Amino acid sequence: MRSMRLTRALNPQTIALLGVLFINWLLFPGFFDVTWQDGRLFGSVIDVLNRGVPVAILAIGMTAVIATKGVDLSVGAVMAIAGAVAATMVTEGYPTYVAVPTALAAALACGLWNGILVTYFAIQPIVATLVLMVAGRGIAQLITEGSIVTFSDPALIFIGTGSFLGMPMPVIVAAVLLVASVVAVRSTAIGLFIEAVGVNRVAASLAGIRSRLLLVSIYTFSGFCAGISGIIIAGDIRGADANNAGLWLELDAILAVVIGGTSLLGGRFSIAMSVMGAIIIQAMNTGILVSGFPPEFNLVVKAGVIILILLMQSPLAGRLIEARRNSRLLSGKSS
Amino acid sequence: MDNEGSGTEFVLEARGVSKIFGQNRALNDVNFGLKPGEVHALLGENGAGKSTLIKILTGAYQPDAGDVMLGGERVQFRDPLDAQSYGIGTVYQEVNLLPNRSVAENLYLGHQPTRFGFVRKSLIARNARVLLARYGLDIDVEAELGSYSVAVQQIVAICRAVELSGKVLVLDEPTASLDKQEVDRLFEVIATLKAEGLAIVFITHFLDQVFAISDRVTILRNGKLIGTRPLAGLTRTDVVRMMLGKDVTFVPAVTGIEEREAGPPMVEFDACGKVGKVKPFSVWIHKGEVVGVAGLLGSGRTEMARVMFGIDQTDSGEIRVDKKRVDLKSPAQAIAHGFGFCPEDRKAEGILGDLSVRENIIIALQGKLGWFRTLNRDEQMEIAGKFAEDLDIRAHSYDMPVKLLSGGNQQKVILARWLATDPSFLILDEPTRGIDVGAHAEIVRTISRLREDGLALMVISSELDEIVAYSSRVVVMRDREMVAELRGDEITPSVIVQAIAAQPEGETA
Repeated sequence: MRSMRLTRALNPQTIALLGVLFINWLLFPGFFDVTWQDGRLFGSVIDVLNRGVPVAILAIGMTAVIATKGVDLSVGAVMAIAGAVAATMVTEGYPTYVAVPTALAAALACGLWNGILVTYFAIQPIVATLVLMVAGRGIAQLITEGSIVTFSDPALIFIGTGSFLGMPMPVIVAAVLLVASVVAVRSTAIGLFIEAVGVNRVAASLAGIRSRLLLVSIYTFSGFCAGISGIIIAGDIRGADANNAGLWLELDAILAVVIGGTSLLGGRFSIAMSVMGAIIIQAMNTGILVSGFPPEFNLVVKAGVIILILLMQSPLAGRLIEARRNSRLLSGKSS
Repeated sequence: MDNEGSGTEFVLEARGVSKIFGQNRALNDVNFGLKPGEVHALLGENGAGKSTLIKILTGAYQPDAGDVMLGGERVQFRDPLDAQSYGIGTVYQEVNLLPNRSVAENLYLGHQPTRFGFVRKSLIARNARVLLARYGLDIDVEAELGSYSVAVQQIVAICRAVELSGKVLVLDEPTASLDKQEVDRLFEVIATLKAEGLAIVFITHFLDQVFAISDRVTILRNGKLIGTRPLAGLTRTDVVRMMLGKDVTFVPAVTGIEEREAGPPMVEFDACGKVGKVKPFSVWIHKGEVVGVAGLLGSGRTEMARVMFGIDQTDSGEIRVDKKRVDLKSPAQAIAHGFGFCPEDRKAEGILGDLSVRENIIIALQGKLGWFRTLNRDEQMEIAGKFAEDLDIRAHSYDMPVKLLSGGNQQKVILARWLATDPSFLILDEPTRGIDVGAHAEIVRTISRLREDGLALMVISSELDEIVAYSSRVVVMRDREMVAELRGDEITPSVIVQAIAAQPEGETA
């Protein structure tokens, strides 16, 4: 029983994260140093968490989408839209408590649009969300009127750069969202329904699950997550850059979900593991930066590590491990 | 043995072939011989072993026992491509060609004549025109294949198969998506091929078509050969009887199920139907009553069930539950009225393979409760345990994926799923198909028990013994139409067989 729990804790994601952190420590001995300064924590580990937030938040929404056999390519563009709305509104004098909810509403509307295309118009998710992936940046540019909108609204900047209880504000936001979504999914029947629809949508609807409403909600939630992520990034750079905010982050988010063990074929999912995937990705990025390697290495190393993690999760690896365990069991019996 | 003479008269022959999948004998010591210049119909209900036999003959499967003989010699096909090189071609119901390439390119795909590595387009087009003209098809061969009707695409696929192989042609339900004229056109092509000496295997659900073009017929049931007969001298009733396994002399064990006309019906479907799927039917079912539905595959029986469960919406008539008129726009609405539905295709429409036995059992109940009234794990375990025990579902653990269970246990899981919702009306579509004998008997017993518990049930089945054993009325379907309703003493296998087989009036074969 105890070995069962141990093998469960030693899943590929945990091993990978520990491995990456260990290598980071070898390359940069000060990696685990954390200091207390000006009422908040500083250090590379904190930095990994903080920088990992945008992708981690995207991955929360993306997990649910991928669990239903879908994908949401538009999240990067939705981030740009949300950032553009928030930044433009505060520069035009609206208070933060109006600007932020409006930005989130815009993101929700984007998600709703995706959901309607996917369910009611039955467009394949990859195509349906591609529309907004391309058009979304255009919309964001229209909102910012083609320029980078900078602002000095203290509340909005606080969301991106402030701290609370010693932790960076983005990390707090992500943690709250993670806990809230895990609770929402697992303490209700929503998680079960998502998995049922992902495993076999026909059978799920014949069992009485209203799969359309569920799918629309999931895409809307993914848009909502992208909105939060976009506001955080805008607050962090104190401006909205319609061209670059969230650029390619949809791919990192998909990667984080896959590293987290949710299959692109839908079905079983784990939001917490997807967030872990996002942290693994960021730990690699940060590790390469702090250890002094040129950032060009980043992508190559990242690709290598990802292939490794995916191989560890592959059915072949599973069979090999099982075969070894079996042979060990057999030899143990004979001796 | 029904086959006369020695094996040498056959182009292609299966001798004593068996095929086993898991614990399931899909094919059991089957003999099948194909003569040149004949159209040989292969008949049987789903799961009879037709497709397994065809896959063995065309190299997709290797037999576990027995031999495949080609021209009297034993052969072993590595794969369908290998079989093709020996002269055996197959055309499936779905056209397996490239709709966005031209007709000519499709005909010669994979063996295009080339010069210096370049495809000789004009030569291909010329050859294609000549080839199609032989079968009376005069079309623009350089137009995209997809721009033509399914019938033309079928004929192109047949020409391709004949051109590539040329001895044996297997047609696997080629007419399923064709209308009457298109079928006639296809039959002309088949007649031409037959005259050229090709041996043709013809698989279909449509008895009319079997009688229209076939010379001999082989019938399989439950993986066993029932017989090979010349079609001349057989009646439709004979064929249906062989397919469903009923002798006219058969005397059913009369179980004496009376009709329960007392009180109003639990559910009524009054002139409900769906254009293009099933013609309007009127069926009502009382509490404590089983209405059996008999009919061959493709007769509209599953389509009727889909209308009843709100998967397809009726476009006529009305549905009443407990005398109150209801609208069924989705399965969820039907379930809210106390309906349940065990689909025929368990794997594609029934089980949630990767999810656990427990989750599969509680999913419909949870669906009924909605997103927020959640059954916690303990409650789920209790419900799953109760119904699994009730139906004797054998699983190591209720947390194991349901796809690892045997077919019979999977069927019981789906039954348990509905019983957990405390239903008042259950529709079971072929509940005993593809499951082992023990589970089969248990499910039949369960149906009787549920009837005694006061459920209204509608059971679709090809097993006439079964239908006779538990039904108080039997609805017979033919050609997407409800053609008879049998009650009382009329419920015998032979009456049902006759009702299924009767030649439709005013239609020429």
